[in-house]
Amino acid sequence: MANKITLNMITQRSIEEGVAMEKGKTTPEYFEACSIVEMHDDDVKALGLVPNQLVRVTSECGSVVVKVVRGRQSLYPGLAFIPQGVWANQVVPPRTQATGEPQYSGFPVTIEPVNGERRKSALELVQGAVGMWRGDQ
Amino acid sequence: MSEFIIKNGFVFDPLQGIKGDRMDVAVKDGKIVEPGTLKSPKTIDAAGMTVMAGGVDIHSHVVGPKVNVGRLFRPEDKLFKSPHKSPTCSRMEMGFSVPSTFKTGYDYARMGYVFVNEAAMPPLHSPHVHEEIRDTPIIDNAAMPVFGNNWFTLEYLKNNEIENNAAYTAWLLRATRGFGIKVVNPGGSEAWGWGLNCVNIHDPVPYFDITPAEIVKGLIETNEFLGLPHSVHLHANNLGNPGNYVDTLESLKLAEGYTAKNDFGREQVMHMTHLQFHSYGGDSWGNFESRAKDVMDYVNAHDNLTIDMGQVTLDETTTMTADGPFEHHLCSLNHLKWANVDVELETAAGVVPYIYSPKVKVCTIQWAVGLELALFSKDLMRTFITTDHPNAGPFTRYPRVITWLMSRAARDATMKTFKWLDKTIDATSIDGIDRELSLYEIAQMTRAGPAKALGVSNTYGGLAPGMDADIAVYALNPENMPSDPVEIEKAFGRCAWLVKDGVVTVRDGEVVAEPAKRTIWVDVKVPENAQVQRDIYEHFLKHYSVKLDNYSLFEEHLHNPRVIEVNTTE
Amino acid sequence: MPKKIENVGCPYCGVCCDDLVVTVSDDGKQILEVENACAIGNQIFHHATGSERVKLPRLRQPDGTYKDISYDEAVDYAAKVLYNAKKPLIYGFGSTNCEGMAAAAKVAEKAGAVLDNCASICHGSSFLAIFDNGYPSCTLGETKNRADVIVYWGANPAHAHPRHMSRYSIFPRGFFTGKGHKSRKIIVIDPRHTDTAQVADIYLQVKQGHDYELFDAFRAVVRGHEIPDEVAGIKREKILEVADILKKARFGTIFYGMGLCHSDGRNHNVDIAISLTRDLNDFTKWTIMAMRGHYNITGPGAVWSWQYGFPYCLDLTKKDIAHMNPGETSSVDLAMRDEVDAFFNVGTDAGAHFPIEAVKHLRKHPWITVDPNICMASEISDLHIPVGIVGVEVPGIVYRMDNVPIQYRKVIDPPEGVISDEELFERIHKRLCEIEAEEAAKTEIKAAPEGVRAEE
Repeated sequence: MANKITLNMITQRSIEEGVAMEKGKTTPEYFEACSIVEMHDDDVKALGLVPNQLVRVTSECGSVVVKVVRGRQSLYPGLAFIPQGVWANQVVPPRTQATGEPQYSGFPVTIEPVNGERRKSALELVQGAVGMWRGDQ
Repeated sequence: MSEFIIKNGFVFDPLQGIKGDRMDVAVKDGKIVEPGTLKSPKTIDAAGMTVMAGGVDIHSHVVGPKVNVGRLFRPEDKLFKSPHKSPTCSRMEMGFSVPSTFKTGYDYARMGYVFVNEAAMPPLHSPHVHEEIRDTPIIDNAAMPVFGNNWFTLEYLKNNEIENNAAYTAWLLRATRGFGIKVVNPGGSEAWGWGLNCVNIHDPVPYFDITPAEIVKGLIETNEFLGLPHSVHLHANNLGNPGNYVDTLESLKLAEGYTAKNDFGREQVMHMTHLQFHSYGGDSWGNFESRAKDVMDYVNAHDNLTIDMGQVTLDETTTMTADGPFEHHLCSLNHLKWANVDVELETAAGVVPYIYSPKVKVCTIQWAVGLELALFSKDLMRTFITTDHPNAGPFTRYPRVITWLMSRAARDATMKTFKWLDKTIDATSIDGIDRELSLYEIAQMTRAGPAKALGVSNTYGGLAPGMDADIAVYALNPENMPSDPVEIEKAFGRCAWLVKDGVVTVRDGEVVAEPAKRTIWVDVKVPENAQVQRDIYEHFLKHYSVKLDNYSLFEEHLHNPRVIEVNTTE
Repeated sequence: MPKKIENVGCPYCGVCCDDLVVTVSDDGKQILEVENACAIGNQIFHHATGSERVKLPRLRQPDGTYKDISYDEAVDYAAKVLYNAKKPLIYGFGSTNCEGMAAAAKVAEKAGAVLDNCASICHGSSFLAIFDNGYPSCTLGETKNRADVIVYWGANPAHAHPRHMSRYSIFPRGFFTGKGHKSRKIIVIDPRHTDTAQVADIYLQVKQGHDYELFDAFRAVVRGHEIPDEVAGIKREKILEVADILKKARFGTIFYGMGLCHSDGRNHNVDIAISLTRDLNDFTKWTIMAMRGHYNITGPGAVWSWQYGFPYCLDLTKKDIAHMNPGETSSVDLAMRDEVDAFFNVGTDAGAHFPIEAVKHLRKHPWITVDPNICMASEISDLHIPVGIVGVEVPGIVYRMDNVPIQYRKVIDPPEGVISDEELFERIHKRLCEIEAEEAAKTEIKAAPEGVRAEE
C-alpha cells in the first residue's frame, strides 16, 4: 500500500457542477459538487482509502484538499477526475502550449490521504489566493 | 447644409438620358429638387468634374453568415492588408477580400456607392444578416433570401402550385425582411445534403424529384405572379467548370416566353449573375476557353434578361457561395481550407480562399471572359459591373474594372503581366477588342441599370427631382480625360464628393459623416392561404430546429427600414 | 392570473433550446414554473427571482467590504480605470447577448483594450484549427433530418449539454430519419465511460491525450492504409469496424468537445478531426461541429469577426488597427506574463474558471466584474456592477453552437434600476469620450477628439 500515487488528471464539466453553479458558487451544493476527486477502484485501493476520505491533490503548480468519491462515470486505472471549478483550478497548470488554453486535462498529480485537514470553501480558496480572505464571518 | 446645389458638373444620368451635359443638381431635405426652387443654397463647385447618381450594386456578398465565416477563418486576410483607422471615421477598418462591416460601408461610400444588394441570405440566419446590416455604416442594404433549394419551394413547384409558392414566398420575404428571390445552384445545394450535386438543369434533385429547370421556371412564374420589384436572380447550375456555357445557354432559355409584370419599371424576368463563371468552353482545364461571345449573343438578342459580370480582378480573395458542392469541388482543386454550412430545409454554403494569379492560365482566361461579356454587350442598361464580391475579387476593385472597360491601354498593361499571354489570347477574343466604354455607359452599368433591374429606379440610380439625394462627384473631366488610365482608377476609387440622403458624406475621398443607413425590404400582401400556413406549421413542428415564433425577424432587430409594398390582393 | 410565456430561449448552454414555457406570477415579479428546460436551465430561471439579487453596483472599501454606489458612479469609475490603464483586458461574454458584445467592443476600441472571450480557455483551439483547415459543418436541424451516424468525441453532452441528444442528434425523428434513434448508429469516444457513453452503440475508451493518434488511425484506414494492432488503447479490429461505419454513413456528424481542446495537442487534435471529416467527404457526407459551451459563447466570435475580422484574443491597444495572436494576446497568457494592468470580467467567472495562478496575477491590478450574480470574480473585485440576466430579463440575439442566430425574449423585468450589459457599455463609452475630451482640453498637445457618427 502506497501512501502517495501519481495519476493523470482531467477536469471537465459535470451536471451537478452546472446546476450548482447556477444556484451560486457559495452554496453547499456547489461545494459538494466540485470539491471531489474521482478515481478508479484500483487506485483507491492502492492508497488504502475508504470512500469519502479526504486526500491532497498536488500538481506542478499547487495543491488542494478534496474528497474521494466513486463516480458514476468510470475511469481507467491511472486516470483521475475533478469536476471543473474552483477546486480543480487550484491545481490546473496555466501553461497553454501557446494557444491561450490552460492544461485543463492531462497533467500529472500526486494524491495522498490527509488527516486533520479540511476542505476549504470556494471563497476561502479564491479570496485566500489573492490575499482577501477575512475568515468566516 | 440641408439645402445646396452642385454646380457646373458634367452630369451623366442614363435614367433621364442625360449624357454629360453641364448642369446643376439641387438638393433639399434629402431629396433632389429643381434647381430653381432653392432660396439661398450653399454651393458645391463641380466644374470640370463628373456627376452621377450614387452607385448601386446589384450583387455583392457583404453581410451574413458565410461572409462572416470568410472573415473569421482568414486572419491572414487582415495581416498587412488593413489600413490604419481614418481619423475622420468612427470605427476601425479591417480586412482586404472580406472587409469588416465598417470597412465595407466606408469603402463603398468612398467609391460613391449608396446601395448594396446582399446576394444571398440563408433565411434561417436572417437575424444575423440584419445585425451586420446595422453595423455596416452609410450604405443602404437589401438582402435576398435563397429559394432554389428550399423544401417548401421544391414541394410546391413539383406539384406546380404557383399560388402556394407565391404565398410562401411572400411569407418568407416578410419573415426575413428580404428583398427578392435568389436562386443558387437550383436543386444542387439540396443534393449536396447527401454529398451530391445536380450536374445539369435536367438532373433531378434526390428525393424531391424535380429538375433545376423546373425550379427556375416555377420561380420566374412565382416572381411575376407576385409582381416583385426585382426579378428572379439566378446563380446557374454547373458554375466554374469547362464547357459550362452550354448549361448557361440552357438556363437563359428558361426565361423564353416570360415577360415582366410589375409596377416598378423592371423589364427583365431573369437576372443571371456573375456570368463570367458560366461562360466557359473546352472540356478540361487544358483546353479551357472563353465562350463569352456565344453567351452574349444570346443575351443581346433577348431583352427580358439582365446580367452582371463577376469580373476576376487577379487578387488573392475568398470565395463564398450557397453553391455548397462547388466549394467542395474547388477545395479539391486548390487544397486550401474549406468551410461548409448546410442549412436545414433551405440551402448550403461553402467558403474557400482562392488566388487568381496572373501566372495561372485559367485565371487570366477568366479575367478576359469577364471583360468580354461587357465589351460584347449591346445594351449596358442590362449589363452590370460586379466582381461577385468577394468571389472573383473584392468590390474595392470596381475602379480598376471600370478602368479596364474604359481603356484598351489599361487592359494591355495588365495583359503584359500574364505568364501565359499567348495562350490567353488564343483562348479568348480579348486581344481583338478595341472597344472602350464611355462614362455614360459606366453610369448605366453601375447605377441606372442595376437600379432599374432591382425595381428601385424611382428612388436610386438617377438624379431626377423627387429621388433620394444620393450623388457622387468624381474628379474626371469628360472633355479632358487623363491620358494615364491609373488616374481613372484613382478618381473612381475616391470620389471627390458623395452626398448620401442629402448629407455630405465623403469629401476628397474621405468619409466625413456617417448618415443613418437603411434596410430595404419588400412586403407583399397575398390572400390568406390556409394550406401554406399549415405546411409552415408542420415543417417547423417536425423538421426545423428552431420554433416558428422565433424564426421570423423580431421588429426590434430590423434597423431603419424602408419598405417597398406590393399588393396582390387588389 | 399567472401568465405563460412560450418559445422562450434558455440562457445556459450552446444547445440554445428555444422551446421553454415559463409561467410568471400575476404581478410579473416571480417565475413560478419552467417547462421543457433541463435541470440547469430550470435553475437559472428560478434563481433569478428566487434569490437575493445585487441591485446596485458595489465598490470595494479600504476595509475590504463592499459599499453600494450608483450606476453613474460605477460608470465613471470603470471609465477612469480604462482611461488610466495602459493595457486593460476585457474578458468574458459567455453569458450575454450580441448587443452587449457589440457595445463592449466599442468601449474596447475607444479605450485601447485587449478584448477576449471565454473561447480563449474553451474552444479557442477550435478557432486555431479552423484558421488552418476550415470547418465543414451544418446546422443542427440538418443532423436531425439526415444523420444516420453520430460521433461524440471528447464531449459529454449528458452533463454539459443536457438536451443536445434529444433535440438534435440521437433521439429526434427528422425528415429522412423517421425512425429516430433506431435509424442511427451512435459512437462515443472518451477516456471516461461517461453517461453519454451509456447510450452509445459503440464506445471506444481512448487513452487520455492520445486522440490525435486515434484520428490518424481512422484517416489511415479510410484511405486504405495499414495500422498497428492497437492505437491509443483501441484494438485494430475495433478501429476497422468503426471506420467502415463512418465510410458507409449516408450523413454523419462528429460532435467534439473539451476532450480535444484541453488536452495535449490542443488545436492539432481539432485539426485532424477536421481532416478526417474532409477525407470522409470523398466517400459520403460528413460534417463536424464544436460543442460550444455557453448559450452565446459563439456570439462574440461572430460579432467581433464582422467588426474586426478576428473572433477572439483581439489586441485593440493601438486603437487604429486590430491584432490577434493567441498565445500572445490570449487572456491567460497575458495574465501569466503580467502584461495587463486592469481586468474587466464580463458575463463569466474568471475567479472560478481560470487557473488560480492566472487569477493571482490579474488581481494585482484593478478588477471590475460585470455580472448579474455573485460569483468568485465578483467577490475579489474592486467593483461589481450587476446587470440584467439575458434571456430572463433582457432580450437579444444569441448564436447557437451551429452559428444559427436565436432571438431571445425576456420573461420578467430586471430588478428595479438594474440595467443591461448593452446600456452599461454604451454609458461607459460615453463617459470615456467625455474624459478624453476633458483631458484633451487640459493638454493641448493631445490630438483632437476623433470623428463621431453624424447622428450623435
